[in-house]
Amino acid sequence: MAVNDTLEGTHKIIESAREQEPRLNPLAPTVNDFNQELTTLNLGPTHPATHGIFQNILQMDGERIISGVPTIGYIHRAFEKIAERRPFYQITPLTDRMNYCSSPINNMGWHMTVEKLLGVEVPKRAQYIRVILMELARITDHLICNGILGVDTGAFTGFLYLMDEREKVYEIYEEVSGARLTTNMGRVGGMERDFSDVAIAKLRAWLKTFPAVMAEFEKMFNRNRIFMDRVVDVGGISAERALNYGFTGPNLRAAGVDYDVRVMNPYSSYQDFEFEIPVGTKGDTYDRFMVRNEEIWQSLRIITQALENLPAGPYHADAPHFYLPPKQAVYQNMEALIYHFKIVMGEIDAPVGEVYHSVEGGNGELGFYLVSDGGRTPYRLHFRRPCFIYYQAYTEMVVGQTLSDAIVTLSSMNVIAGELDA
Amino acid sequence: MADQNESIPAQEQAAAQDPAAQKNAQLLALLHRLFGADAFTDVEEPYGLLTATTTRERIHDIIEGLQKDEELQLNFLTTMCGMHFPDRPGQELGMVYHLHSLTQNIRLRLKIFFPIADPVAPTLTDLYATANWMEREAFDFYGIIFPGHPNLMRILNVEDMDYHPMRKEYALEDGTREDKTDLFFGR
Repeated sequence: MAVNDTLEGTHKIIESAREQEPRLNPLAPTVNDFNQELTTLNLGPTHPATHGIFQNILQMDGERIISGVPTIGYIHRAFEKIAERRPFYQITPLTDRMNYCSSPINNMGWHMTVEKLLGVEVPKRAQYIRVILMELARITDHLICNGILGVDTGAFTGFLYLMDEREKVYEIYEEVSGARLTTNMGRVGGMERDFSDVAIAKLRAWLKTFPAVMAEFEKMFNRNRIFMDRVVDVGGISAERALNYGFTGPNLRAAGVDYDVRVMNPYSSYQDFEFEIPVGTKGDTYDRFMVRNEEIWQSLRIITQALENLPAGPYHADAPHFYLPPKQAVYQNMEALIYHFKIVMGEIDAPVGEVYHSVEGGNGELGFYLVSDGGRTPYRLHFRRPCFIYYQAYTEMVVGQTLSDAIVTLSSMNVIAGELDA
Repeated sequence: MADQNESIPAQEQAAAQDPAAQKNAQLLALLHRLFGADAFTDVEEPYGLLTATTTRERIHDIIEGLQKDEELQLNFLTTMCGMHFPDRPGQELGMVYHLHSLTQNIRLRLKIFFPIADPVAPTLTDLYATANWMEREAFDFYGIIFPGHPNLMRILNVEDMDYHPMRKEYALEDGTREDKTDLFFGR
């Protein structure tokens, strides 16, 4: 909203929201009413406690929130439109920038969508490597969320401990893809390179050191009286409302629904691993925190199993039409040169069809709905972004609570602005 | 499993070996029983996901019926999004709904199409709270209007934008540039 730069602009929005008839939305804001001593408060768009750029116009009665109107779209980059002009392999960097706390999951989810469209079978080793990387990404995603929740309740130490561990995971990413945050990892058809010895060594070393840090973090928070007072029974949502709002991922599981894409529709060999799906009972901030903590332990279990049973064999599918040949072969081999040229120039057509594929992202079901008309680019690509879907419920969850509760609720929902706005 | 087999019509028993195909057959039988076979056209299963096209007059009743249905419980709206096919006269705009049954693990994709001159589709906000922002997004991107929506305004783009950017007539590249031709690069 461009008019929103000034106080008059804000009031204009509020007035126009009031005028909408019929006024079905009970959460529409009201103007400052000095007789009732209500206050309109702009939380955001660049408030340090929101950890991302989104605005909430809150109507406050003292410290209590009466109603709120969220405004999103501050970092909208029109990924769905841009994707309609890009060959499939060039869309991977766009997915990086959605949930940038767990880019590898987005990358792999996109690759798997294209592989499903093309009918490419990925070898077991590549699938296991993907599982390891996706679970590392899930851990870093949850580490950030829970660490920040600690910061928002006044405990900075845990966050610093965890950032140290995230740094080590990013070093593993670097070994695998060369990048750290926006990883652009893997290719359609598998990985672009195998795990190096250094990567394996770093992963093994991290698997040894990380559990102690995580246990220490949990010791600091899980039964901490000050922390629990801040988060127990704060920002709760019932399972029924959560499902109605389309919640997925840890936020839904905190409300007591054991829906996990990894188990219900296993992809990339998740059926080979043994792990548990933690669920909460009340769907409050504490449950979300605990579910994420437990998921970190379960992810570690999956990584350990995948690493122990890492199959030998190729790390990418035999799909010369879509998987770039090795650079050395391009210089020496005519077919490799042809395929290299055709792939890079996007000369190869995909089959006509539509495919929906979803993976369990850091925040829930990350879905890709791809409509292909046979051209080099998608005809339509829709991202099912879990943040975008569950952030709608935020106002309902914080009405009646205090401002400080709203902050920890926002934190524990792990709303990532990049995924919210795409 | 026994009662599942009973609900599948005999002519579809042959294809019922694959569990996914079996579930789709069961779902299709349910759709036909609840809403009549004439409610759906273009029924297909691309990549194992049952897809059917219906009309905007019936879509609300169908999604409501599936939400209340006790047998398959398709009561989770995974996502919905707009579509634009400029070369289909009278059917230019569309909405695609993805429904999911979390108990039976069945997915269903429903589509409706309507003319761009009359871009109106029924709102699902009375059934699903999550439909609110999804419909705002479809309005923002494609200009689809949902009568009865509590707060139908742009969500991702700025409020004073005067066009709907995901429609196909808005090319991504700057149309005024003459120094490069895009004949071979994208649409």
